[in-house]
Amino acid sequence: MMPSGLDLLRFLPEMILAIFAILLMLWEASYDDHGTRIGMPTVALLGLALAAVASIIAGENGGPAFHDMLVVDAFATFFRVLLLVVGALTVLTASPFLRNLKAEGGEFYSLLLLSILGQSLMAASNELIMVFIGLEISSISSYVLAGYLRDDKRSNESALKYFLLGSFATGFFLYGIAWIYGLTGATNFNRIAAVLGNPDIAPNAIFAAAAASLILTGLCFKISAFPFQSWAPDVYQGAPTPVSAFLSAAPKAAAFAILVRIFFTAFEPLADHWLPLLAAVALLTMIVGNFAALWQTDIKRILGYSAIANAGYVLVAVVAHSSLGVSAVLFYLSAYSLMNIGAFAVLSLRPETGLSDYNGLATRQPLTAALMTVFVASLIGLPLTAGFFGKFYIFKSAIDAEHYWLAGLGLLSSAVAAFYYVRIIVAMYMKPVSDDAPALDVPAPSLQAVLWISAAATIGLGVFPGWLLDWATRSSALLR
Amino acid sequence: MFLLLAILLPLIGFLACMTLFRRTASTAYIAALIASGLTFLATLALIPAVAQNPARLSQAIDLNWIPYPPIHFSIGVDGLSLWLIAATALLSLIAILSASRRDSSFLAWLLLLEAGIIGVFSSQDLFLFYVFFELTLVPCLFLMGRYGKDSGRATSTGATIRFFIYTFAGSVLMLAAIIYLFLKSGTFDFQSIMAQMAAGSFRLSPAEQMPLFLAFFLAFAVKTPLFPFHAWQADAYATAPSPLGIMMAGLMGKLGTYGLLRFCLPLFPNAARECASWINALAIIAILYGALVAIVQPNTKRLLAFSSLSHLGFIVLGIFSFHLNGLDGAAYQMVCHAITTGALFLLAGYLEDRKGSSEIADFGGIASSAPWLATTFLIAALASSGLPSLNNFVGEYLILQGVAFTGFAYAAVAAVGVILSAVYLLWSYQRIFLGPKPDNGTADLSGTETLAIAPLILMMIVMGVWSTSFLPLQSAVNAKILQQTKMNVEFRVETLPSKTTPSMTTVETHLGN
Repeated sequence: MMPSGLDLLRFLPEMILAIFAILLMLWEASYDDHGTRIGMPTVALLGLALAAVASIIAGENGGPAFHDMLVVDAFATFFRVLLLVVGALTVLTASPFLRNLKAEGGEFYSLLLLSILGQSLMAASNELIMVFIGLEISSISSYVLAGYLRDDKRSNESALKYFLLGSFATGFFLYGIAWIYGLTGATNFNRIAAVLGNPDIAPNAIFAAAAASLILTGLCFKISAFPFQSWAPDVYQGAPTPVSAFLSAAPKAAAFAILVRIFFTAFEPLADHWLPLLAAVALLTMIVGNFAALWQTDIKRILGYSAIANAGYVLVAVVAHSSLGVSAVLFYLSAYSLMNIGAFAVLSLRPETGLSDYNGLATRQPLTAALMTVFVASLIGLPLTAGFFGKFYIFKSAIDAEHYWLAGLGLLSSAVAAFYYVRIIVAMYMKPVSDDAPALDVPAPSLQAVLWISAAATIGLGVFPGWLLDWATRSSALLR
Repeated sequence: MFLLLAILLPLIGFLACMTLFRRTASTAYIAALIASGLTFLATLALIPAVAQNPARLSQAIDLNWIPYPPIHFSIGVDGLSLWLIAATALLSLIAILSASRRDSSFLAWLLLLEAGIIGVFSSQDLFLFYVFFELTLVPCLFLMGRYGKDSGRATSTGATIRFFIYTFAGSVLMLAAIIYLFLKSGTFDFQSIMAQMAAGSFRLSPAEQMPLFLAFFLAFAVKTPLFPFHAWQADAYATAPSPLGIMMAGLMGKLGTYGLLRFCLPLFPNAARECASWINALAIIAILYGALVAIVQPNTKRLLAFSSLSHLGFIVLGIFSFHLNGLDGAAYQMVCHAITTGALFLLAGYLEDRKGSSEIADFGGIASSAPWLATTFLIAALASSGLPSLNNFVGEYLILQGVAFTGFAYAAVAAVGVILSAVYLLWSYQRIFLGPKPDNGTADLSGTETLAIAPLILMMIVMGVWSTSFLPLQSAVNAKILQQTKMNVEFRVETLPSKTTPSMTTVETHLGN
């Protein structure tokens, strides 16, 4: 059966991304060696911008597509736009970074676009097989991106770890799909929910819960939640810094999108079973992430552990199990992506990422240090930053759902987190510059743009969070 | 309008010093002086309106900030916050005046701190209050960390991190409690929560009140600090640069006691009364422990830190006496302590400038070469130890009187703290200014220094003698708070014998209704 025009329109963002990814790959073939690729970042940005426009248009003509395999609702649109923004910021960060290393190549941008394609497919899929396809497209491109610097041992290690653990987790996910299909005879979320919710035909709840936990295992790996979090610091540390920025934001956002969609639609009838489990996972993720970060001396590793802890915060909002919680998830993921990319962008300025390498940055590059302070303040959750309102909305949704202990312990663990974040500020502002510190380059214009955009957004959302929260609230209703 | 100016002017000054005058410290100094001077004038302009009806909010401004959840930028001033705001503006002006040799970002952070503290004292929206309360940490972090001096074993970075973590961790649970209050009452606005409580449409059961009260209490007890949450204090005060020390010692602690009086008492009356006994015990420990440790401190700034611990114990004791005299004394003492401790820190800073150290052993016999420095220090020390006719006497006397009505033993033990404070202050005066070490060539107060200290000395005398011009404004609000704490008390409360306080009979009978 031929897909209708409306189907294609709703799938337009992914098609645009695919076309541009292939275009970039072919263009790369015309070069003999790696070097500067003038125009390629611009083309990648153009692709992302067109996809963003297409996402918004598709969102206005929302609805199911391809026989309910995809569903384009406000929720999917929010994530599509968020992913594309993250992609654009990554392109802007990566281009000067790779140029410095003489490693810029079309395949980087191509893989980046493909990765976003996969994630955006995940955000819009309404069916387990589609989720799996999206997950694989996204993951395989991400594995390659993590190992993009072929001559760098760390980058290779990072890619290998990410690949081995990632494919293991994907195996769990696929096995969970098989169980679900065996139990319910469906892969479509709505049909799964219909079967699970009907006491006459529902399979044994223990089997259903086991299948759900298999799927949860796969997703917990992707969001770096306890007990599948250990890869995150290693991978973030080894991967090229702009890729770390991307990995900490985009795949995680997509995995949360699909986590929310699967568990709030397909497994909604099992909510009593998975909510306590997820609450425990959220609590342990926050605690493990925050406490493990205390002893780190490398900023990339600190941000890696902080990524774990932040996944825990978002899970708290998921556990709230309300539309308020979903809108908090959306808001926090956006805020977190912006501030985290900003922080990683600062780190991408130079190859060293040890805490002591940033001693006295304030006297050498006051502006960069000030911008980094904004990102760190937002990660701490100081008022008038996006991170503060993100945490506020998350814990508000948790308290609203009467998860007092979870909210209290989560807030206390975020106070623990302040310690390791403050160490970054302390290093930049309060420690003297070491004598053998290498000379610093002025940030490239595109990197400066990333820094200013992220900082302006972090503070802007911290002072006037209303419009984004509005959008997040409108997007929090899942189309069933 | 003036109140909004009092918050906006320092903020504008902060931005100007951070951007426009970044490279020209001398211009930044003048700009900062103008900004904080105008702020002070703006706070003085608040007085007439408040004096007319001190129990009501004046200069109230209520702007929508975030549509949902409905968070308002809602500020206002009444008799309780008026003098604290004015004292903040005065001490900030003096702190900036004494920071003439600092760079522009130092001045900028001082101005941001001023805006934050005035914001805390004037917020009427609980969320806004929390925002300002946390915002004060940021300037302190930079001022302490960048400009602090290591003092003995305490490194300034260590002290900074400890201060930041303590106060940040202390207040996160308060955010949870504020959210809970919002979800139950539907508003963040403090006045409308109180109105709902008065109307009976919103009621917190004693079981609900206790965790909420403890969450608020923890935040304020760390900020004050109250024993045993004071571990950050001595190192922070000792390493902080002097102008920051003036504001931290004089004002930051009041954020805690103000919060206790303004929010904890009326919002959670049952829990507050239930906890009063052990909180009073902690306050007594703070008074005695602080005073005893202060006696043996070899460093002036550490001595002042422990002296603050002791004096703030008095304020907490007054608040939890649940007697109008105690509340009045606490409110009055907040302002007085800000002025005397601010002055003592200012003078300690002057001494440090002259000798390059704040160890008491490095001083001695300064009085002969710097008589004015010695005299002003003596006046401030006497005021701090509660000499009648100087300001602290009024506050401490009222506190002790209030406490005596509710628990005479508490008052008797606390009075020992007054004696001890005279011991450590006068003994330190003796060692610094008289002492065995013959000293020559220590410069006396310069013109600017005199200009900075004179208003504080003047206020000590004025507030000691004409307390009736200040106290009634606070008392009106305190009476309201006390009434609110009695409103929906569900368990038995010993009503106070009204015959012992003839001047308060009217209030008591009013409460009886």
